[in-house]
Amino acid sequence: MTVGHDIPRIDARSKAIGETKFAGDLVFPGMVYGTLIRSPYAAARITRIDARAAQAMSGVVCVMTGDDVLDIDPYYGHAIKDRPLIAIDRVRFAGEPVVAIAAETPEIAADAAELVEIDYEPMDAVLSIDEALAEDAPHLHVTELLRKGLFHGLGEFKLDPGNVCYHHQFARGDLDAAFAEADVVVEGTYEFPAIYQYAMETHTTIAEWNAAGDEVTLHSNCQHPFLVRAEIADLFQLPVASVRIVVPWLGGGFGSKSYTKMEPITVALARKAKRPVRIQNSVDESMVTTRRHGMKAWMRTGARKDGTLLAREVRAWFDTGAYADNGPRVVATGADAAPGPYRWQAVDVNAWGVYTNTSPAGSYRAFGASHLGWVGEAQVDEIGRRCGLDGVQMRELNLLEPGEYVRPGGKPLDADLKGDIRKCADNLDWDSPKPPNVGRGVSVGLLAAGAHPVSTAFARMEADGKVVLYVSSTDMGQGARTVFSQIVAEELALSIDDVRVMGGDTQVTPYDRSTGASRSTTLAGMAVLRSGAELREQLFDIASQKFGLPPEALEMRDGAIWHEDESVTYPDLIKAHFGMVGGELIGRGEVRPEGGSGSYAEGPVFWEVCIGGIELEVDPDTGKITLLKTASVADVGKALNPKQVETQEMGGLMQGIGNAIYEEMIYDPSSGQLINGSLFDYHIPTMLDLPGSHRSTIVENQDGPGPYGAKGVGEGALAGAIAAVATALGDLGIDLRQLPATPERVWRAQQADTNGTSQRPEAAGFSKVGS
Amino acid sequence: MSTDLLPETELRTEITVETTVNGQPIARTVEARRILLDFIRDDLGLKGAKRSCDSQVCGACTVLVDGLPVSSCCTLAYEATGKQVTTIEGLARNGSLDPVQAAFIEESAIQCGFCTPGMVLAVKTLLAENPDPTREEIAQNLSSNLCRCTGYWNIIDAVERAAARLREGNE
Repeated sequence: MTVGHDIPRIDARSKAIGETKFAGDLVFPGMVYGTLIRSPYAAARITRIDARAAQAMSGVVCVMTGDDVLDIDPYYGHAIKDRPLIAIDRVRFAGEPVVAIAAETPEIAADAAELVEIDYEPMDAVLSIDEALAEDAPHLHVTELLRKGLFHGLGEFKLDPGNVCYHHQFARGDLDAAFAEADVVVEGTYEFPAIYQYAMETHTTIAEWNAAGDEVTLHSNCQHPFLVRAEIADLFQLPVASVRIVVPWLGGGFGSKSYTKMEPITVALARKAKRPVRIQNSVDESMVTTRRHGMKAWMRTGARKDGTLLAREVRAWFDTGAYADNGPRVVATGADAAPGPYRWQAVDVNAWGVYTNTSPAGSYRAFGASHLGWVGEAQVDEIGRRCGLDGVQMRELNLLEPGEYVRPGGKPLDADLKGDIRKCADNLDWDSPKPPNVGRGVSVGLLAAGAHPVSTAFARMEADGKVVLYVSSTDMGQGARTVFSQIVAEELALSIDDVRVMGGDTQVTPYDRSTGASRSTTLAGMAVLRSGAELREQLFDIASQKFGLPPEALEMRDGAIWHEDESVTYPDLIKAHFGMVGGELIGRGEVRPEGGSGSYAEGPVFWEVCIGGIELEVDPDTGKITLLKTASVADVGKALNPKQVETQEMGGLMQGIGNAIYEEMIYDPSSGQLINGSLFDYHIPTMLDLPGSHRSTIVENQDGPGPYGAKGVGEGALAGAIAAVATALGDLGIDLRQLPATPERVWRAQQADTNGTSQRPEAAGFSKVGS
Repeated sequence: MSTDLLPETELRTEITVETTVNGQPIARTVEARRILLDFIRDDLGLKGAKRSCDSQVCGACTVLVDGLPVSSCCTLAYEATGKQVTTIEGLARNGSLDPVQAAFIEESAIQCGFCTPGMVLAVKTLLAENPDPTREEIAQNLSSNLCRCTGYWNIIDAVERAAARLREGNE
């Protein structure tokens, strides 16, 4: 029995001794090193590139510019094909690759980069959502020319001229009538910062073409190898089977390595170099490769004077930077999460993805719920204060019950949120007295999780009765491979040491849609379970013949099949089956949408529960926050490995604290360059930022769609922590409208005493798009 | 600037580094600007030390130089001349783990593992200097080693466990 136990990670020892190979540790014969020259301008025309001196330098293999990719259609983007794999004629953000150099050593490539002359003609840039939406704003893209990406997946593809790349809306009920009934209305304008995911291991890709130029192999630290494969095949016009993507262990992902990132430019440079090429970002470069969307939102919430919530209206604008990347999906998820898990008479939500001349934004752990969850939760608490109810009472009054619809047509609520919030409050000692300047807050939210339910796994039992598992989920630190080995060991009554789990390799391991949205345990894990179950059936069939008994008369335990006191081991069964020592049995497991199209709009696979609890102290003189206590509740259906669930919670919560209190990417309003573009200037939480104490609870109601009733974990604590920082500040009467909660912002909010009454935004873009 | 101090003809582009890495004497001629991290990873093939921030903030590249933790991304290889360098590969001997490594595994203090080599080495120095650190002292000491996965709690637990085990071993 391995499921439900704290099995140590199968990769821990190798990582502890420094043996684990990450992408940047791989060396291939003949490999050369790519360096990129990136644009210093946020918007400019490229008028001249002279790379002759660099090209002539000893040790330089080749120099690539936009001119080198004109023989193919060089635009990609899984949602919207808006991005050239290297700048062509113009640049749209400071940091966009303009020239790529391949050289024998990274140092030579860097020296050669110094010799390249590039002339730019700066253009007007739009550097904020307001600027992008202004009447006379320059447009980043000719939207009429943009095409749908391979994985748009979000309904109708329609782009209006201008800088809006996606619009998501839904409404139900009579909004005006519901607000007319409201005794209390809270409204405000809020801002959420752009944030750097900071996977410690930066984006790294090695690409190698065969001599004929019709096959390419990549070693890349990507979360979604099959989606990257499709995009590379599409770009370079190859059959998908001619693109092989091998994924090593990842040094963190958090969404930053989802979809296609550095792969196209590396493949193109390798094509020109005719050598294996590695491109490895520095942290400064990864910071401008992808980030979390900054957001501006206006929200109002209405309730009866007894605290019953009635209506919510939301307008939100997400800054997706120069290219859409995963922006449309972030917008849709953010909008879907905006009402929160409450019972409403009416809601009206509109959200837009907006292009600006800043670095592109994509996925980051708990996107969507992080953006608008804290806004909605702050308003719920403000209503509670006006109605004489505390945060727990407000939620007990208004939260959905299991089985109620979160949104029409989607999956009904599959979690006991009221129970969760009570546990979180208990973890904070909710009713204990609070010293002065100490605020306490809880939060709850839902995240549409699971992405597309398509995963496949093979379990291959060797002649010695041990199993190799082929599954393509990327292990980026969350521990997927450990959990998979537990599941297959459980299904086959083996010990964990009898199972080996392959890393993703698109030529070897079977299709898995992606690694993200807390889907690995739930979906890939279910495919693994089914592959083990199929293998088990084969073993029973063989044993049934051997014993001359029906399978029902037999029992599987301890690596053998038993009838009463008599047993046959797996190796003996395999030997009997093939009539020799050798051969193997293969079980296959598949997960696909059953009884539905599986589209994102009809999902989700499950609702990921976001719960947070924070007790904090604010220094009234400086506005500085000290975290006293944090709490989380992991509502996971079934904890296959409780220790790993706990580490997901603690890690997610700490990222949420970073997002809420410390982290913000700041672009220079005149040049558009990222001002705090290094870890020297961008604060990642350290051990000194830990709260005084932390308590988390695992809830196991067996209500998930995954193996043994499990559902995913990993994102909820992050979004929950952000929202709980907002509600804990609200508890002190601090109505913070802009994150992160820096001392200055907290202090100013404390002085302002807005009391939840700020007005509808008047900024140009807001009124224009919002109308 | 530098040409004011040294005629250009005498600028040295190559230099010989004589050092000891994990107990092995090493002598290599490298570019004078060779960074210690690149020297260890690419010239010696010891890939345990990791590159991340390049600015002495994250601690992923930490190695011990004469027993003290050093950010090898911001140190010249030449600076290791005559010194004892210890990398993560130098800790486990004959297949048996160092108590700090064992404690990291037992306390689930490892997730993606990218910070682990640097973190473990930093802990080695901490415990050599302070065999019984408080949680505050641990946090203070390790605040220059970032981890984005774990939320740090289990790392602190691992340090306490390793400290206890090392104290027992010394009694």
